[in-house]
Amino acid sequence: MSDMLKSYRFREEREADWRKLDLILTRAENSGVKALGDDEMTALPRLYRQAVSSLSVAKSISLDQNVITYLESLCTRAYFFVYGARTTLGERIMDFLRRGWPQAVRGAVGPTLLSFLFFFGGIGLAFFLCLQDMDWFWTFHGENILEGRNPDATVEYLLSTIYTDPKEHGQSELAAFASSLFNNNAQLSLVAFALGFAFGVPTAWLLLYNGVSLGSMYAVFWQKELGYEFTGWLMIHGVTELFAITLAGAAGFVIGGAVAFPGQKTRLASARASGKQAATMAMGCVIMLIVAALLEGFGRQMINSDTVRYVIAGTSLVLWCGYFYLPRAEHRL
Amino acid sequence: MSKPPAPARPGISMEAAQRRRARLAEHLRVGKMTRTLVTPEGAEIRLRLASVAERAGALFIDLAIQWAVMVAMWIAFAYVAASIGFGQMHVAFAFLLVFHFVLRNFYFIFFEIGRKAATPGKRALGLRVASRDGGRLTADAVLARNFMREVEIGLPLQFLFMGGDQVGAWIALLGLAWSGVFMLFPLFNKDKMRVGDLLAGTWVIKAPKAQLMQDIVSAVTSPELGARFAFTPQQVDAYGIHELHVLEDVLRQSAPVVKQQVAARIRAKVGWDPGTGETDLAFLEAYYAALRKRLEQRMLLGERKSDKYDVGR
Repeated sequence: MSDMLKSYRFREEREADWRKLDLILTRAENSGVKALGDDEMTALPRLYRQAVSSLSVAKSISLDQNVITYLESLCTRAYFFVYGARTTLGERIMDFLRRGWPQAVRGAVGPTLLSFLFFFGGIGLAFFLCLQDMDWFWTFHGENILEGRNPDATVEYLLSTIYTDPKEHGQSELAAFASSLFNNNAQLSLVAFALGFAFGVPTAWLLLYNGVSLGSMYAVFWQKELGYEFTGWLMIHGVTELFAITLAGAAGFVIGGAVAFPGQKTRLASARASGKQAATMAMGCVIMLIVAALLEGFGRQMINSDTVRYVIAGTSLVLWCGYFYLPRAEHRL
Repeated sequence: MSKPPAPARPGISMEAAQRRRARLAEHLRVGKMTRTLVTPEGAEIRLRLASVAERAGALFIDLAIQWAVMVAMWIAFAYVAASIGFGQMHVAFAFLLVFHFVLRNFYFIFFEIGRKAATPGKRALGLRVASRDGGRLTADAVLARNFMREVEIGLPLQFLFMGGDQVGAWIALLGLAWSGVFMLFPLFNKDKMRVGDLLAGTWVIKAPKAQLMQDIVSAVTSPELGARFAFTPQQVDAYGIHELHVLEDVLRQSAPVVKQQVAARIRAKVGWDPGTGETDLAFLEAYYAALRKRLEQRMLLGERKSDKYDVGR
């Protein structure tokens, strides 16, 4: 009597193809596209279309739960495979470096300027306040931090923090130093990005706070007439590091702006569009901070000449700006 | 499933009506978690969103893995340091710090950018990340959804462990309440999106692998069996689609005792006289085939008899 069952015959005719598709998908999911042969690759689109049409027919003629559940799961898997990204991780990284990252940064000039304003505003504010009255330094910092780089320190001590005696530190110590600095800064920049979601307010505060911290320290050295030396010490890696933090703040402002002022789009669509751009920028910041940590941990401790430090700082500024802002030909696929 | 069943006939027992209402409510709840994706071929694929509980479960598995790896690294570090002295361990320490950062921030990204679009925790629960518009899951979307974890998990935890004097405690409490909004965000939207999902344009769906099993009908293909189990139209009209699906589950999964009970109930309901030598299994399979055939025929004519109380128009 079951020979009369349409759904039974329907399944009998197509089952072999479903199983074939299942097998191909399982192989691809476990060991990647490269594991598939040419004939399997050519069969895949046909099998996928067939499974999808089987599903819509099965829904209208079959009451076999198992068949419908199976087809739904099969079609979902096949859909994600057929329309999913099939680029390798290496290709994705290359695309990020060549196109995604500079494009994201170039598209956020406004937020970058805003972020720059908050960060360097904080630096400037603290610097001038401290120059007028050094008591401000203690207001900003409290006691006992920055390894004694405070207004009471002697010129000799401050100088010793700027230049490193090569005999004093081993290479391995520098590595630990660099990695802990990288950790702090990278985590900070990711937080600055993520906090942007709260309309950018916490991001602005974070930038200002870090700017004040740096500006007051600058004032200490400036007052002891070590401005030139300190700038070299700071900027050899600082160009990269401060740039990265500015961009992380900018990423936060991109999100905050999109959520607060969606414009023509819906709030959701606006958040989605800028979320991806901002995340690309934040990823880039992590890379910049790796570079900064290398410069800081090794470059700064081993190079004790002011001139060389300034040359490296200037070169890095030119390179970063060129990489981000120079117009370039669009690659079209 | 698609059409809400007609209201029950008056006169069914209180208990049965209650069960039916509960079943319909469950249907509605499942329906709320289902989204339809229309493929470029024009076919509809139903996607079931992962529930908040499943998401939390996956997260705990992932966090446990991260902790286990980190603790193992520290133990190995301490072991090596004890044997060769701490003075030589600066490079190892530097490596450990960077490793910690990478593990904390890139564990999720690494797995979600891969082919399965799921971390080990998600994979264990049959979940995966998908783009909300049905397009490709891009790398920047994965970055966006995972960098946001910093405010969703990191920030509330920071406020939670921020102690201090009375003023500090109040600030911590306020901060916790504020950051709690980010953490509990998935509870308050119908798509169960995290803040990261919202920014990345993604959601998390349940996509378990299903196995294709033997068609129950294939057990009753012989003409002799067909002649033996000749049900009258009244007998096969006793039940609807819901009962058919329950019967399918019973046949596929249940123990012999349950099958025996179910067979006895159906026989009593439809008035079937078991002849000599008729097994419960044979009867159930034959009745399943007859019922499915009848219901599928009616479905083709546009009548879905959703359950035994559904008398149609």
